[in-house]
Amino acid sequence: MKSLMQELGNRAIDLGVPLGVQLDLTYRCNERCVHCYLDHEDHGEMSTAEVKDVLDQLAEAGTFFLTLSGGEIFMRPDLFEIIGHARALTFSVKLKTNAVMITAAKARRVAGLGVESVQISLYSHKPAVHDEITKLPGSFRRTLAGARALKAAGVKVSFANVLMKHNADDYPEVRALSESLGIEYKADATITPMMDGDRGVLELNVDADKLARIYRDGAMVGEDPAQYAAPAGPMDSEDALNSLPCSAGHSAAYISPYGEVFPCVQFPYLSGNVRTQRFADIWRDSPQLAEVRAIRLSDVQGCSSCVHGSSCSRCPGLAYTEGNMRGPSLQDCERSYARTGVPSKNLLAKQPPAGPARVFWMAQK
Amino acid sequence: MSAPLYVARAPNVAARMIGGEMMIMSGRDSSLFSLNPTASAIWQAADGVTPLATLVQAHICSAYEVDPEVALRDAEEVVRSLASHGILRVSDSPIDP
Repeated sequence: MKSLMQELGNRAIDLGVPLGVQLDLTYRCNERCVHCYLDHEDHGEMSTAEVKDVLDQLAEAGTFFLTLSGGEIFMRPDLFEIIGHARALTFSVKLKTNAVMITAAKARRVAGLGVESVQISLYSHKPAVHDEITKLPGSFRRTLAGARALKAAGVKVSFANVLMKHNADDYPEVRALSESLGIEYKADATITPMMDGDRGVLELNVDADKLARIYRDGAMVGEDPAQYAAPAGPMDSEDALNSLPCSAGHSAAYISPYGEVFPCVQFPYLSGNVRTQRFADIWRDSPQLAEVRAIRLSDVQGCSSCVHGSSCSRCPGLAYTEGNMRGPSLQDCERSYARTGVPSKNLLAKQPPAGPARVFWMAQK
Repeated sequence: MSAPLYVARAPNVAARMIGGEMMIMSGRDSSLFSLNPTASAIWQAADGVTPLATLVQAHICSAYEVDPEVALRDAEEVVRSLASHGILRVSDSPIDP
C-alpha cells in the first residue's frame, strides 16, 4: 500500500507540479571543503526581494517542500527574513548548513519559524579529519555546537556524512556520535563533479574495496541486507517503458543563487532563469525540461536490460555530467558493482574510464 | 446552545493545495494529512476570531445542502480531530494569532 507521501509524489508528477524545490541562496561559504563542486565567488546572487518573489512564484506553482541551501546559508544576513517569508507561504522548509554560525539564539529563531528540519554536514568524529576536509580550523567544534543548539531548541536535525577517501573509515563512529546526540544519520558516497564540468574532484571517491565493505555493513544498508547482496535482475519491459528515471524536472527543480533553473541540484542542465522569465513559464515551456521529461528508463542505453535494472539508483544528472543524460551513469554502475560484486552491462561494455572506475576494474579481476 | 468554539491554524504546519486537495504537514511529528474539501474550507478560514458556527455557515452551508446543526456537529468533530494531530488549535475563546 502506498503511503500518503508516495501518493502525493505521484499526483505531483501526474499534475506537473514542482512539489519539491531546492533553492540555493548563496554559493559563498565559510568552509572550503575539498570535495565541494561550487565556485564560492559571488557572481551576483539574487537580492532579498528577488528571492521573496521567487518564493511567491513557487508557492503559486504548488511547491510544498522547499530546501534552502548553499554555499553556507547563514552567510546571508537576510536569511531569517527569507525563512520567515517562506514559512508565511506555508512551505515545509528544510535547511542545509554546516552549522558553524548557529548560536543558541539563532537556533531558537529557526525553531520559532517552524522549520521542518536542518541537515548538517559532518565528516568525521575526529576534529582533525573534519577540519582537514572543511579547511576551516575549529569547524568540527563549532558544527557540533550548532547541532546541539538546534537540538536543544527542539529542531529536527540530521547529519549528512559525505564519504570520501579522507574519512571513509570513520563512518561507524560518526554514526555512533549521531545516535548519542539523538540526531539522524545519513551517509552518502556520491562525489559530484564541479559545476564547471571539472571531474578531478572524483579522485576523492571512496576506494572500491572500502565502498564494498560499507555496502555490506548491515548497520548501513538497513533492514534488508539481502537487497544489497545480489542484483535484483533486469527491469520488466513494460515497467521500463513507463518508468521515469527520477523526479528531476518532473516534480523537482533546483534554482541557483543567480536565478538559474535546473531539473535538480545534481543535474546541471540549464533550463531557464527566473530573472528573465516567470518560474511557471520555465516549468511549463522550457525545451530542456521537456527533453528531460521525455526520457523513460527504456530509452537509457543498456540500463533496463542490465542485471541491476530493477534496483539501480542511476542518476540522470550524473549521466548528464558524464556526457549523455540518456546514457548510463558509470558512477552508479560502479556503486552497483561495489554493492553486489556483479558488474553492470554498461560497465562491462565500456572501457574503464579515468578515475575511480579503474579501481573497480582492478578489483574485479 | 453550547458556547462558541474558535479555531486557528497551528503556526508550525506546512500546507499546500495540490490538485484540489489540501495537504498539511504537522509541525509536531511531520505527519502528512490530506483534507477533504469541507475540512479544507474550515482549515483555511480558521482565523482564531470567527466562531466555528459562523465559519460553517459561511463556507459549508452556503456551498452544500446540509442541515446547519448537523454540519456544525460534524465540523466540531473534524476540528477536534485536527487539533489532536497538532494542525489546528481549538478554544472556547478567541485565539491570538
